[in-house]
Amino acid sequence: MSSSAFPRPIATTRSATGISTGKLAVWWLIASEIVIFGGVLGSYIMHRIGHPEWASQAEHTNTWLGAFNTIVLLSSSLSAVLAHNAAEMKDGKKAAKFLWFTILGAATFLVVKSFEWTHEINAGLTITSHTFWSFYYTAAGIHGLHVLVGGIIMAVIAVDAAKGKDLQRVEAVGLYWHFVDIVWIFLFPLLYISK
Amino acid sequence: MSDPHAPHADHSKHYIKIWIALLVLLMVSLVPAIIAQQLHLNITGIVVVTAFAVAFIKAYLVIKHFMHLTIEKKYVGFLFLTMLAFMLVFVGGVSPDVMKHEGQRWTNDAAKKVVDEGMKAEKAGGHGEPEKH
Amino acid sequence: MSSTATDTAHGDGHGHDAHAPSGWDDPHGHGGHGAHDAHGHAEPHWLIKYFWSTDHKIIGMQYLFTGMFMALIGGFAVYVFRMQLAFPGMSVPFYGRVTATDYNALVTTHGSVMIFWVAMPVLIAALGNYLIPLMIGCDDMVFPRLNRLSYQLFLISAIVLIYSFFVDGGAFGGAWTAYPPLSAKAEYNLTPTGAPLWLFAVALEFAAFLLGGINFVTTVMNSRAKGMKMFDVPIVVWMIIIASILFMASVGPLIAGAVMLMFDQTIGTGFFDPNKGGDPVLWQHLFWFFGHPEVYVVLLPAMGIVAEVITTFSRKKLFAYKSVLYTAVGTGGLSFFVWAHHQFIAGIDPRMANIFSVTTLLISIPVAEMVFVYIATLFGGSIRLTTPMLWALAFIAEFLLGGVTGIFLGASGADIYFHDTYFVIAHFHYTFFPIAFIASFAALTYWFPKMFGRYMNDTWGKVHFWISIISFNCIFIPLFLLGARGDHRRIYDYTHFPDLMKSGMQDLRILATLSLVVLLVTQVIFLVNFFYSMVKGKKAEQNPWKANTLEWQCPSPPPHGNFPDGLPTVHRGPYEFSHPDRQEDYWPQNAS
Repeated sequence: MSSSAFPRPIATTRSATGISTGKLAVWWLIASEIVIFGGVLGSYIMHRIGHPEWASQAEHTNTWLGAFNTIVLLSSSLSAVLAHNAAEMKDGKKAAKFLWFTILGAATFLVVKSFEWTHEINAGLTITSHTFWSFYYTAAGIHGLHVLVGGIIMAVIAVDAAKGKDLQRVEAVGLYWHFVDIVWIFLFPLLYISK
Repeated sequence: MSDPHAPHADHSKHYIKIWIALLVLLMVSLVPAIIAQQLHLNITGIVVVTAFAVAFIKAYLVIKHFMHLTIEKKYVGFLFLTMLAFMLVFVGGVSPDVMKHEGQRWTNDAAKKVVDEGMKAEKAGGHGEPEKH
Repeated sequence: MSSTATDTAHGDGHGHDAHAPSGWDDPHGHGGHGAHDAHGHAEPHWLIKYFWSTDHKIIGMQYLFTGMFMALIGGFAVYVFRMQLAFPGMSVPFYGRVTATDYNALVTTHGSVMIFWVAMPVLIAALGNYLIPLMIGCDDMVFPRLNRLSYQLFLISAIVLIYSFFVDGGAFGGAWTAYPPLSAKAEYNLTPTGAPLWLFAVALEFAAFLLGGINFVTTVMNSRAKGMKMFDVPIVVWMIIIASILFMASVGPLIAGAVMLMFDQTIGTGFFDPNKGGDPVLWQHLFWFFGHPEVYVVLLPAMGIVAEVITTFSRKKLFAYKSVLYTAVGTGGLSFFVWAHHQFIAGIDPRMANIFSVTTLLISIPVAEMVFVYIATLFGGSIRLTTPMLWALAFIAEFLLGGVTGIFLGASGADIYFHDTYFVIAHFHYTFFPIAFIASFAALTYWFPKMFGRYMNDTWGKVHFWISIISFNCIFIPLFLLGARGDHRRIYDYTHFPDLMKSGMQDLRILATLSLVVLLVTQVIFLVNFFYSMVKGKKAEQNPWKANTLEWQCPSPPPHGNFPDGLPTVHRGPYEFSHPDRQEDYWPQNAS
């Protein structure tokens, strides 16, 4: 299980830019994610403006649950940055603890989401019922997938961090998590407030 | 604010302040929406503008204080701005075709028909919701 | 092995695999003696060595051989459908009769395989993996396990694509551009399983290259040899990096679009269905917003290969290194502003068509500049016409033709006539054949001594070169003529169209098809030469071409860890040929 069983190449230890390799890779990852979300949200915005009649569908989204999930994600972002703060102070145990809080946030988000979706699907608002709902489920679904993946990666990193290992990864995964949070910050008004 | 990368400095108080600011901003974006809903006011414009203005402020706070992008190497920020600019180019190039349903010597009859039927159904359904334009 | 297997799941997910800042000092010393050999110094089992390796050279080889295998599939597909066009209704040898559905599937497969499973893996993934760590003087990629994962995803995508041939209804037949509604509705494309499988394979392939691209960019940014500054990086590495960034920036919308199209296909959403409030033109935009930068994603590495080969074999410094670099960046940036020239007759707003015409014509300027720079590099050099040099020169000549004919298609007025004719096909292949094959042959023949420690046979290399080039031109010049006469490209049997069977048009089709058969058969020469030389070729020394870049300053083939005498330190740029103060006409980057 230990990752030191896989010694890293010298290449990984170099840092000509001054940014550590893992962090640099996450910046590039975020750059490539910007255009993925940009594609789906851009398509949604264009359709939404071109189709005023979608407002009658949008009014069925649950603003309260959306707002609650925003609070959940903002708070999980806080604990992610607190984990980074702890990692900076070389406190692996504390960093791991905060990461688990973030994971709890991710789990809460997904549970609320599935509750919300079950409710909507039972009300007949399925992904095929209207193209507004197609966009709704696709955009939120892609975002939810990122939440899920982020949670899993954070669990792996938290286990290592608790042992004081690879603490620099705490910051890297935190950056990814803040990005996922920012995407939701924009999804919230797009899907839950513009009615 | 001092440099968050300074070794061994504890910034948790600062982070919590930012978090509170974010929650307050969230409430700010909700207020017009709730007022519109409760009083059946036709203020969609205000609701949408506030919500997106708040979203941009929130994103800025997260980027600056949680991701520390402002003290990262400059090119990282420029990279993200470039990506966003490409998305603007994309939307700019596509919107004349997809967002609009007619242009210079062309009309998108299928889309127009869908919009008309949708608007009629909405009126008939009598949702009483403000129309979005 | 289980420990390595767990580790993959562990750190590779999203590239959070960084070294502790506290550990910048190399714990293993700069010996380069297999610093990351997970199994100590014992030789691992060959299956593990060749199929589960994290060594960038092995992964590069995996990409290369997978790409070569896929090229055979793409080549076979084109053989079958060209035979159908030349001799309609005949039973094609090694295939049998070609039905209309078969024809569509073959055309689609040829297109998508050659671009996504041949050009991309060979030019970017294989050469990038093999060359980047060697050329920037480090021992491996920064994320070796991410690299392995990237290849495995790519392999799965190739397997899914091949598998789609054997499902009910056969492989997807909606062209490599997959325009809805044809691609979205099973009742139109008649491939209810093949279409989603194709889309899945393409999406998986994108994921693989995104991982690979992040790895490449991070490696070059962070892990260059001591002393290697930005402008000491060889052009081919720069080009692969710029291409990776272009790919990263352009593929996002298409990944989103692929998810949307997948939902349209499988669960019946209406993203691209106007009757449900969607828009089919949106797919075309999503596709070409990626599709046009994609041309430059593969062109730039090819240009880079040519730069390496012509500087080495004209013994001259690359003319205007920085201009080439800035031009490449400019081309890349501009390539995001031209995509809708593929859609002039798709019902886009004519005012937008004007804008896209202008940007399209503009982009020929930087590309032409690169060609001029290469010609200026050749001018006054002591040119050695080795096989790789022939390929590189042929690249410049043939790509020029492809570029010039692009002007016809970029002008929206002329495009209305040329659209969907064989003129487009010929133009496209005059750009992509040089990119995917001529440049790849230049690269393979040039770096073969490094890869396998042996020379390829030069005589047979030249025979292969000349027959390939002549037959290539004999395929596509007739297609230009056919296209100018209005020959429509999406037709299965021309005998149903008397207007397209007039005065010798069929003869031109037969000429093109026979030339194609010659071209395909000629590749046997290459394959035999390649595999024979790998085992029996003349042994090559460390630096057979007397080149400067770092990959030639380590043994051929390089051992695990690349530089047995310690990782190099760089003192100068990559193209210091024929320096007046030196006795030898080359000056390796790391020589003091």
